Amino acid sequence: MKALCWNGINKLNVERVPDPSILNPGDAIVRVTMSSVCGSDLHLLDGYVPAMREGDIIGHEFMGEVVEVGPEVTKLKKGDRVVVGSVLGCGGCEFCQTDQWSLCDNSNTHPEILEKAYGYAGAGIFGYSHAFGGYAGSHAEYIRVPYADTGSFKVPEGIKDESAVFTSDAFPTGYMAADMCGIEPGDTVVVWGAGGVGQMAMQSAWLLGAGRVIAIDRFPERLAMAKLYAKAEVLNYEEVDILEALREMTGGRGPDRCIDAVGMEAHTTGVEQYYDRAKQAVRLQTDRPAVLRQAIMACRKGGTISIVGVYGGLLDKFPMGAAMNKALTFRMGQMFAQKYIPKLLDIVADGQVDPAYLLTHKWSLDQGPEGYKMFKEKTDNCMRVVFAP
Amino acid sequence: MDTFNTKLSELLNTAHINPPLTGSSQINVGTTERIISALGGALLTYYGLKKLDTAGIAMAVAGGALLFRGATGYCPVNEVAGRDTADSESILIQITRSLTIRKPRAEVYQYWRRLENLPNFMEHLQDVRQLGPKRSHWVAKVPGGVGTVEWDADIIQEEENTLLAWQSLPNSTIDNAGEVRFMDAPQDRGTVVQAIISYRPPVGSVGGLAAKMMNPLFEQMVQEDLRRFKRLLETGEIPIIEGQPSGRTSKNY
Ligand SMILES: NC(=O)c1ccc[n+]([C@@H]2O[C@H](COP(=O)([O-])OP(=O)(O)OC[C@H]3O[C@@H](n4cnc5c(N)ncnc54)[C@H](O)[C@@H]3O)[C@@H](O)[C@H]2O)c1
Ligand SMILES: [Zn+2]
Ligand SMILES: [Zn+2]
Repeated sequence: MKALCWNGINKLNVERVPDPSILNPGDAIVRVTMSSVCGSDLHLLDGYVPAMREGDIIGHEFMGEVVEVGPEVTKLKKGDRVVVGSVLGCGGCEFCQTDQWSLCDNSNTHPEILEKAYGYAGAGIFGYSHAFGGYAGSHAEYIRVPYADTGSFKVPEGIKDESAVFTSDAFPTGYMAADMCGIEPGDTVVVWGAGGVGQMAMQSAWLLGAGRVIAIDRFPERLAMAKLYAKAEVLNYEEVDILEALREMTGGRGPDRCIDAVGMEAHTTGVEQYYDRAKQAVRLQTDRPAVLRQAIMACRKGGTISIVGVYGGLLDKFPMGAAMNKALTFRMGQMFAQKYIPKLLDIVADGQVDPAYLLTHKWSLDQGPEGYKMFKEKTDNCMRVVFAP
Repeated sequence: MDTFNTKLSELLNTAHINPPLTGSSQINVGTTERIISALGGALLTYYGLKKLDTAGIAMAVAGGALLFRGATGYCPVNEVAGRDTADSESILIQITRSLTIRKPRAEVYQYWRRLENLPNFMEHLQDVRQLGPKRSHWVAKVPGGVGTVEWDADIIQEEENTLLAWQSLPNSTIDNAGEVRFMDAPQDRGTVVQAIISYRPPVGSVGGLAAKMMNPLFEQMVQEDLRRFKRLLETGEIPIIEGQPSGRTSKNY
């Protein structure tokens, strides 16, 4: 079959690889009908996620049709149209049983890699390096789905592929970001990053009772989408001083809940950018925490910082004093796909949110490398490219 | 490392059972040390390569050297040092590892007690056969295709659903002993399994050196064996990626 393989930093190629097969009794094979790019893949392309190996198939946000099931699979059958969560959960461990799926004890094939770096390792993730299990990703014609019963969800008839595919990753991540905020009625929620994840966080903030939603980015077309589809007020950080703007917009109190939907490769202006890039380049810090710093400063006293933008390693100049003395609450994590997907499919079926607008480009898998180039450089108003093999 | 382990076992009040001082620890350079070298070498090489970083590569190189020595019986270090490995005192290596398994204690205990199940999750074991109510025969693979090692062991202590301890019989190729405890985890978290595995590497400076290098690997081996045990019990399968597609032509995963 055809697959999009990572062959080094910023080196992607479409290659012919063997078809996947059932390897464990709980596996299913899914024929991929749609597979989306995600901001997380950019961290792989740019080399910030270690333990990638040449030839790894990437991609983790996808849906498709079940074509084969292992002997232990009970909930799925051939022909089912399913969306599959990007994070693998075994279903049997303490974390899966308490709905904290990305912390699964069992789905990571090589937990020893992350145990060295983090003390304890998280779940496996499709197409996301050997530190996260080394599972072949979804930018391919077929994919092997381990723990198929726990991670795959049948898509109701009324939902079209273009909407369903984003309930795999972008929507549950955005929803969890808002959920972790602990929004109280009338709260002002600010979302840094108006990418797919940020857009879904804004939509979810409304669902969870926000009184006001503010989006921050620098790309006018993304801010325009935030305004149009997510009914957000928008701030371009290249045009205004964010701290000042947020203070004035909130009567001098500061926003109640701050969501980081950007992560370790945050872009900055001014001196900070050179400082962070230089340190990151010589590995004195691995991540550029510009958004986090800003969110901590902007947040009201006693507010919440909810982090779904991915960080991998160490941060420098982290304003711990501000966080501590303002009594901020921090919530964060890779998202719990299996916890949220059923609820989100209902929300989409009801027409409360339609994530389909994230799909700005539907391309063939053969255009994988160009697709990622466009997504990375945010050209042609690209929000998310979806490959339909 | 050794004193650290002793302290830990004091703290945890574990490890009353030690391997006999008769087999591997008393034999001169020869078969046993060669097997240990080969085993350690293969482990170092295996985990070293798996780690994919500089420390890993150093491990792999060291592993290669041990493997060479194990396979040939020739040890340059030994020759330069002008010693043989006969007359220093023996070393006891002891590894303690715990894991929590979300299953009832009886189920966890019963699976382990059926010793024939052990090779299902202990990667280096090829076969365990129960010879009588207490005695069993063990066959371990020596990685790197050097062969197998076999020994007999006796269960020397057994408390249903609580404790299982065994010891290799005197004059075994590898003097070893083990103790596994099964305890209720707090609330509904299942069962804590604590394994204390000890063995005696061959005597002498070279044996000691090999043991020092191998110790972290044996720790990792015990950890990964326990982890496979947990995974098997909690989900009925052990996650793998070997055999899945990739763009690599050499190894297909
Ligand atoms: N926690 C999870 O489970 C999970 C799941 C999916 C994605 N993610 C992470 O979410 C983040 C966003 O993903 P995405 O797919 O939306 O990516 P994306 O690249 O499409 O969007 C990121 C946006 O952040 C903006 N940005 C950069 N620097 C900024 C700054 N200083 N201030 C404000 N905005 C800034 C960019 O302009 C861009 O629009 C990534 O870090 C990704 O790894 C996490
Ligand atoms: Zn993602
Ligand atoms: Zn799990």
